[in-house]
Amino acid sequence: MGDKVLMKGNEALAEAAIRAGCRHFFGYPITPQTEVSAYMAKKMPKIGGTFLQAESEVSAINMVYGAGGAGVRVMTSSSSPGISLKQEGISYIAGADVPCVIVNIVRGGPGLGGIQPAQSDYFQATKGGGHGDYHLVVLAPSSIQEMVDLTSDAFDIGDKYRCPVMIMGDGMLGQMMEPVEFKDTDASSLPEKEWATSGTGMKRKKNVINSLFIEASELEDLVLERQKRYDEICKNEVRYEAVDVEDADIVLVAYGTTSRIAKTAMAKAKEKGYKVGIIRPITLWPFPFEAFEKALSKNTDKTFLAVEMSMGQMVEDVRLAVNGRANVEFFGRTGGIVPTPKEILAKIEEIGGAK
Amino acid sequence: MTYETIFAGFGGQGILFSGKVVAYAGMLEGLNVSHLPSYGPEMRGGTANCSVIVSDEPVASPLITEPTALVVMNGPSLDKFEKAVVPGGKIFIDSTLISRKCERDDVDVYTIPATQMALDMGIAKLANMIIVGKLIKETNMFTWEQLEGAITKLVPASKAAMLESNIKALRAGYEY
Repeated sequence: MGDKVLMKGNEALAEAAIRAGCRHFFGYPITPQTEVSAYMAKKMPKIGGTFLQAESEVSAINMVYGAGGAGVRVMTSSSSPGISLKQEGISYIAGADVPCVIVNIVRGGPGLGGIQPAQSDYFQATKGGGHGDYHLVVLAPSSIQEMVDLTSDAFDIGDKYRCPVMIMGDGMLGQMMEPVEFKDTDASSLPEKEWATSGTGMKRKKNVINSLFIEASELEDLVLERQKRYDEICKNEVRYEAVDVEDADIVLVAYGTTSRIAKTAMAKAKEKGYKVGIIRPITLWPFPFEAFEKALSKNTDKTFLAVEMSMGQMVEDVRLAVNGRANVEFFGRTGGIVPTPKEILAKIEEIGGAK
Repeated sequence: MTYETIFAGFGGQGILFSGKVVAYAGMLEGLNVSHLPSYGPEMRGGTANCSVIVSDEPVASPLITEPTALVVMNGPSLDKFEKAVVPGGKIFIDSTLISRKCERDDVDVYTIPATQMALDMGIAKLANMIIVGKLIKETNMFTWEQLEGAITKLVPASKAAMLESNIKALRAGYEY
C-alpha cells in the first residue's frame, strides 16, 4: 500500500504492468496510447526489462508471442488501427495457448478514423477479431484506479488459463489523470509454466509452442480442451457492477468511460423521479449475463438502455442477455464524440415518459 | 461541493499544468479529482484545454460540459467556452491577451492582466500560476496554505528557484 499519486491513465497502466512483473514490452506508437510505450521506454532499461519499439504492430505482436511462449510476463499496447494489424498474431497466440496482455486504448474508426475516445472495437474484441474458435478475456476499466487493478488481474488471468487477455480502455481513460494507489500484488498461487519454451537444461523433454495442427482430430481435441478453460473463465471471472437494478424501470447498461457519464445521467433522472439503475460490465467477455438475471428477478416490465460510444455493438449482448423478456433500447455517439449526461437523460425521459 | 473548471489557452502557456496544480491540491486534501486534457486535432492548431473536477463525491463524468469556473488565456478560448459556463459561475480572463469583454451578465467575471504581471515580475512563463492564484482565491476551492502545499509537492525539491517563482506567481494572483 502506498500514497495516492496523480497519474495519467496510460502511464498508470504501464506502471501497474511493471508492478505485476511484466518485464517485456513490445509496441509501436499511436495516439491516444503512446504514453504507455513512452513510460515503458523510460522504465524498462532501469529494471532490467526489455522495451522494444518494433517496426510495426505486426512485429510487436509476434514478439509478444515469442516472449509469452518463453513464459515471461509480456504486454503490448496500441489503439484501434494498430490492434487490427495485430489480429493475426492474436489468433496465433490464442491457438498456441500463450498468455499475454494486449491493451487497446480505443479511438474512433473504422479505418484510420480519428484520435478521440470511442468504443467501436467491442465487436472486434469480444467476437473474434482474428480467425478461429477463440476468445479474449476483455477487461473494461472505468477509472484509472480500476485500470491499475485490472492490469494486475489481466496478467493473473492470462497465466492461470493460458490465454491472451485484453484491457480495453478509450482515449479518455488513456489521457486523463486521476489519483491512484498501487496495491501489493501476489502471484504466488499461480501454476508453474511447465509448458514454456524456456530451455530444457537437459533435464526435460522439449516444449513446443505451435498453432498448426494438420490432423483434424488433434485440432478438435485441442479446441475442446481450450473450450473447457473458457467455460472455467465464464464461471470464475465474470465481473460487473449493478446498482439499483431490481426496482428500476429503466436499467442503463454501459461500460468504461460511458458508464461514468451514464451514472451522472442516472443521478439526474432520479432527481426527476425516474426509477433508474445501471449495469456496468467490467468483463466484456465473459459478458455478465447474471447481472441481467438479477435485474429481471422481480419483474420484466422494464427497459434496458445500452449506452455506447459506437453505433450499437454491446447492445447485441444486452439483447442476448434479456432474450426477449424485456424491452431493449440503444443510445450512442460515435466517431470520437463522447455522449453528454444531458443526451442520455433526454433518452431516459423519452423512454420513461413525462414526469 | 463540486468544482468543475475548464482551463483553456494556447499550447505553451502551461494550461495543462495549471489544471494539474488544482487537481493535485484536491488530491492532497483527500477529495476526488480528475484531470482530462484535450489531445485532439485542436492541439495541433495551437490551443490547449483541460477539464478539472474537484469534488467531495466520486467524479462521475470527467468531461465537463457546464463548468462552474472557466480560466481563459486567449481569445478563441473565451469564444469557445464562454456560453458553457453555468449561470452564477465564474470566468477568469487574462486581460493582457484578451481584449474583448465577456458577453455574459449572469456570471462573475474576473479580469487580471496575468501575462503583463508575469512579464513585470520577470517570470514571463508563469502567467498561468498568477491566474490559478486568482481562481483559488475567488472560488475558495482551497486555502492559501493548501495551494502552497500542493505546488511545493508538485515542483521537484531539486528545483528550489522554480518553486520560489511559482509561489510568487500564485501569491500575486491570490492577492490581486
